[in-house]
Amino acid sequence: MKEQLEKIELQAKQELSSCTEIKALDELRIKYLGKKGELTAILKQMGKLSAEERPVIGQLANQVRADIEEALNSKLAALKSEAQAAKIKEESIDITLPGKKAPMGKLHPLTRVENEIREIFMGMGFEIADGPEIDDDYHVFEALNLPPDHPARDTQDTFYIDGTDETVLLRTQTSSVQVHVMENQKPPIRIISPGRVFRSDAVDATHSPLFHQIEGLVIDKGITMSDLKGTLDMLMKKLYGADCKLRFRPHHFPFTEPSCEVDISCFNCGGCGCSMCKDEGYIELLGAGMVHPKVLENCGIDPEVYSGFAFGLGLERMVMGRYDINDLRLLYENDVRFLEQF
Amino acid sequence: MNLSMKWLNDYVEADMPIKDYCHALTMSGSKVEGYEVEGKEITNVVVGKILSKGPHENADALFVCQVDIGADAPIQIVTNAKNVKEGDIVPVALDGAVLPGGFKIKKGKLRGVESFGMFCGLDTLGLTSHDFPYADPEGVFVIEEDCTIGQDIHSAIGLDDTSVEFEITSNRPDCLSVIGLARETAATFGKALTVKEPDFKGVDGDINSMLKVDIHNTEKCQRYCAGIVKNVKIEPSPRWMRERLRASGVRPINNFVDITNYVMLEYGQPMHAFDLRYVEGSHINVRNAVNGEKIVTLDGVERELSDDMLVIADEKKPVAVAGVMGGEYSGIMEDTTTVVFESAYFEPSQVRRTSKKLRMKSDASSRYEKGVDRLISMTCLKRAFELVEELGAGEVLNTVIDCDYTDKTPASVEFNPAWINEFLGTDISEADMKDYLGRLGFTFADGKVIAPSFRIDIECKADIAEEVARIYGYNNIPSTDFRGVARAEYTAEQKFVRTLRNAAVSLGGYEIATYSFVSPKYFDKIRIAEDSKLRNVVRIVNPLGEDTSVMRTTTIPSMLDVLAFNYNNRNEKACLFEISKEYLPAAEEKPYINGDTLACNGNKKHRYEYSLPDEPQRLTIGMYGGDADFYTMKGMVEQLLDEMRISDVEYYRASDCDVFGEKNAFHPGRSAVLVRNGVHIGIMGEVHPDVLETYGLGTKAYVAKLCIPELMEAADEKITYSPLPKFPASTRDLSLICDDDVPVAALEKAIKGAVGKILEKVTLFDVYKGKQIEDGKKSVSYSISMRSHEGTLTDEQADAAMKRVLKALAEIGAELRA
Repeated sequence: MKEQLEKIELQAKQELSSCTEIKALDELRIKYLGKKGELTAILKQMGKLSAEERPVIGQLANQVRADIEEALNSKLAALKSEAQAAKIKEESIDITLPGKKAPMGKLHPLTRVENEIREIFMGMGFEIADGPEIDDDYHVFEALNLPPDHPARDTQDTFYIDGTDETVLLRTQTSSVQVHVMENQKPPIRIISPGRVFRSDAVDATHSPLFHQIEGLVIDKGITMSDLKGTLDMLMKKLYGADCKLRFRPHHFPFTEPSCEVDISCFNCGGCGCSMCKDEGYIELLGAGMVHPKVLENCGIDPEVYSGFAFGLGLERMVMGRYDINDLRLLYENDVRFLEQF
Repeated sequence: MNLSMKWLNDYVEADMPIKDYCHALTMSGSKVEGYEVEGKEITNVVVGKILSKGPHENADALFVCQVDIGADAPIQIVTNAKNVKEGDIVPVALDGAVLPGGFKIKKGKLRGVESFGMFCGLDTLGLTSHDFPYADPEGVFVIEEDCTIGQDIHSAIGLDDTSVEFEITSNRPDCLSVIGLARETAATFGKALTVKEPDFKGVDGDINSMLKVDIHNTEKCQRYCAGIVKNVKIEPSPRWMRERLRASGVRPINNFVDITNYVMLEYGQPMHAFDLRYVEGSHINVRNAVNGEKIVTLDGVERELSDDMLVIADEKKPVAVAGVMGGEYSGIMEDTTTVVFESAYFEPSQVRRTSKKLRMKSDASSRYEKGVDRLISMTCLKRAFELVEELGAGEVLNTVIDCDYTDKTPASVEFNPAWINEFLGTDISEADMKDYLGRLGFTFADGKVIAPSFRIDIECKADIAEEVARIYGYNNIPSTDFRGVARAEYTAEQKFVRTLRNAAVSLGGYEIATYSFVSPKYFDKIRIAEDSKLRNVVRIVNPLGEDTSVMRTTTIPSMLDVLAFNYNNRNEKACLFEISKEYLPAAEEKPYINGDTLACNGNKKHRYEYSLPDEPQRLTIGMYGGDADFYTMKGMVEQLLDEMRISDVEYYRASDCDVFGEKNAFHPGRSAVLVRNGVHIGIMGEVHPDVLETYGLGTKAYVAKLCIPELMEAADEKITYSPLPKFPASTRDLSLICDDDVPVAALEKAIKGAVGKILEKVTLFDVYKGKQIEDGKKSVSYSISMRSHEGTLTDEQADAAMKRVLKALAEIGAELRA
């Protein structure tokens, strides 16, 4: 019997060593260790043994069983890791193939820059105000110190609405929102108002009958012109980096006094003069000034108590400068190949 | 305004480099647009004297000249000019010369004879006979100027001025003059300004015996000065005057016209000179026109006048429209012997209104309407006479007429240096402020700063602050962060729109921007019904063109334009969206009263008879190509609604609903209106094939329009957490057969009602028509998930629910598929 056991062990180990598949391994396990397996068959004959032989053979049989089991297990582990390695090798892919994308659109460049500007101003405590695009003469001109017959009206080629005797028009400037806000809110006031404005300019690379402005208005006690400069400095440094320089030039707007135009150091040459800035070193960016006392009065705010500043910047110009766009028309043509670049 | 630097130097020393000059003036408020150095395109052209002119050995039409150019020896030049002869002084372009237009002159042989240069005509030097009236405009320019042989042509003929172009703002008409800019120059550089009061000698004579002037409207014409020049000699002006006019961009005509222009450019005061012969009764009446009265103006156009216009008339007829333009027959002619000079002050808005009404602009009207110095009329008349005498153009009577109704009170404003510093955020001393203002012509008295009469723009303290600031230098004002704390947040609407916009992007939409105005043709292009309210549009009186002449009442045509543009640019697919406004005329019954909100400020009210339109915001989506179909569009819309927390939206066939005027733009079988709680929140679907064709879209396209105010109203911002389920769900699948035209929404509604509150989810997973299904029928398959929060559902409970479902479905004609 002892020989039988030893033979089984030897035979099992031989068969194991030539086994290459996990499935075959399972068959071997059944063949030797299963309920109807060879080892079990031998153990069933234990009853025939003498009392002295029984513990010896029993021990041996257990040993053989443990040996075979261990051999089976280690073979199984080896085969499994072999199979895993083969599978991993086989599953290798070209990781430079493109990923599978979920559809994702883009914001229009006008919105992108407008959002940036909104965020900067909200950080400085400015709220966002809205106003009508079709407005009346009073809010767009008269309250802003542009009475009828004022020569500055000529420069704002206004679109008028049919059948209204030129009293209703498309706003030529977001400054009209200043009036709406001051009519409805007491100082302190700190708002910006982005929106569409309209002027009868024929379409070309730098003109459009519709464009966007962002108006700003601050009214409080003790607001100074140096505050205006500080605010615009902050805006431009956040938008264009700490190195950009601003230049304030005297100008005239009927609704501010003093008034200024603000130039920024040329994006291209940084201020030394090039073809982009026509050798000026600076590019005109926006108009601003201290709110004219008459405008405050027209809106029921006492200019002896309060002062404030206002500014209006052209969004298209900022977008074009920021993304190096050389033709305004691209913004309104909406070619997908253009839109997907932002 | 173009400024001659030579002329400027009569009044202030401005010898700094031109670039520095331009920059400094720009920074003190007189913006320089650019400058032009005269004759800069000309090099190597000198004055030459023709020593001899002989025939050319090989050509009859050519001549060979020996020319003295101030060099050691004369040079030989071959020319075809017939108008030159021995002894003539001419401009000679030497070998290597460059002429306007980039023409280069080189020595060479002409028909075998050597030529070392070329004679120049006026046009080759970029000049015209207005510059040198005596010269033959066709031939070589024979110079009659005082110059030396070999002299550079620039200095020889006065082509050595620099003209600076200023952009003068509307509040500073005083700077539309040489003296005005000289004053700004002096103030900017801290230099002296030298302007002397003009004076003339005159010949004895009483003007009152020759001319009478009456002003009948002293409010609109506050001053009228007139003087007379006898025995006039009409001829070209001298070269210095012509040069200065040319540098200022004004064409020289004759001495009298030139003098009026010269004075206007120098002082900013329009002048008028006319022939006394045509003043009937020798009586000038400044009066309102009579309705229907006519005048033929200098430009040859007959104008009909009305009684709100002011005219200069004689006893019978108007001879000029006051401050705007003279009459055709009153001008200076070749045979004029006696000239009347007018220098007047007309009220700005009067001139502006007249000029606008007659659609007639002139140099004079544009100056008067901005406002000239009301006290300067007589000074300018004297200046004109000073020039008449200097030019020897006639005899000036030593008496003049001055009808003066002007208010001489100067504008004055409290002078408060502390307030100015507080307002500007500066620390400028009072002495410096006084210095700056003094340089600009302001004076001080009784704590007030007094504006000179030419500064029509000074009204308040802020105006004085600006004067101080610009001479101090805007860029010397510090930059500060303003004080005080402010809170800012988006309004509910701004937040909603921001979320909506971001959601549209995350669902694959590319944002577009389109014009608010469109062509009225869009009504027909998108098949809007004849009686639709969408055809009631806000129209622009003065559009750029028909394409942009009405404010859109629907955003859909703009989207279709952009889809078509992309399709035609061969972009194979597009998914676009826009958040923008529609412009809907307000209902007539709701008159707009502007200024309602002003009541709280106790301010004046402004009333208009016209209502402002509504400007509701819309989200418009458009797509074509790729996997775009009705259901991808609907999916995007549903996901957007989901993101905006809008539930229980029902879809009805757009063709059955009249709320949206655009419904005919859609395929009637493939479009839907979105309704929530009876409110129509949008329309969507496949674009009608006829509309596709009209827009040149060769592929199916899908459009949706959602109304943002209605969406906001429908959004449920409150989020409440539901506990996660503790018990397992029971799921039953169901395949049904029903008539093809039963909408799945009806099946779903029946299922939901029948299952009751244990229903968790109904998922449609298949719709099938075709083989094995009878014609006119369809098979619809659902997976129904049920779950209770009280315990595990038993099979009996689930079966009972399914029984109820089948019964309910049977009622609407759907049965279990065999």
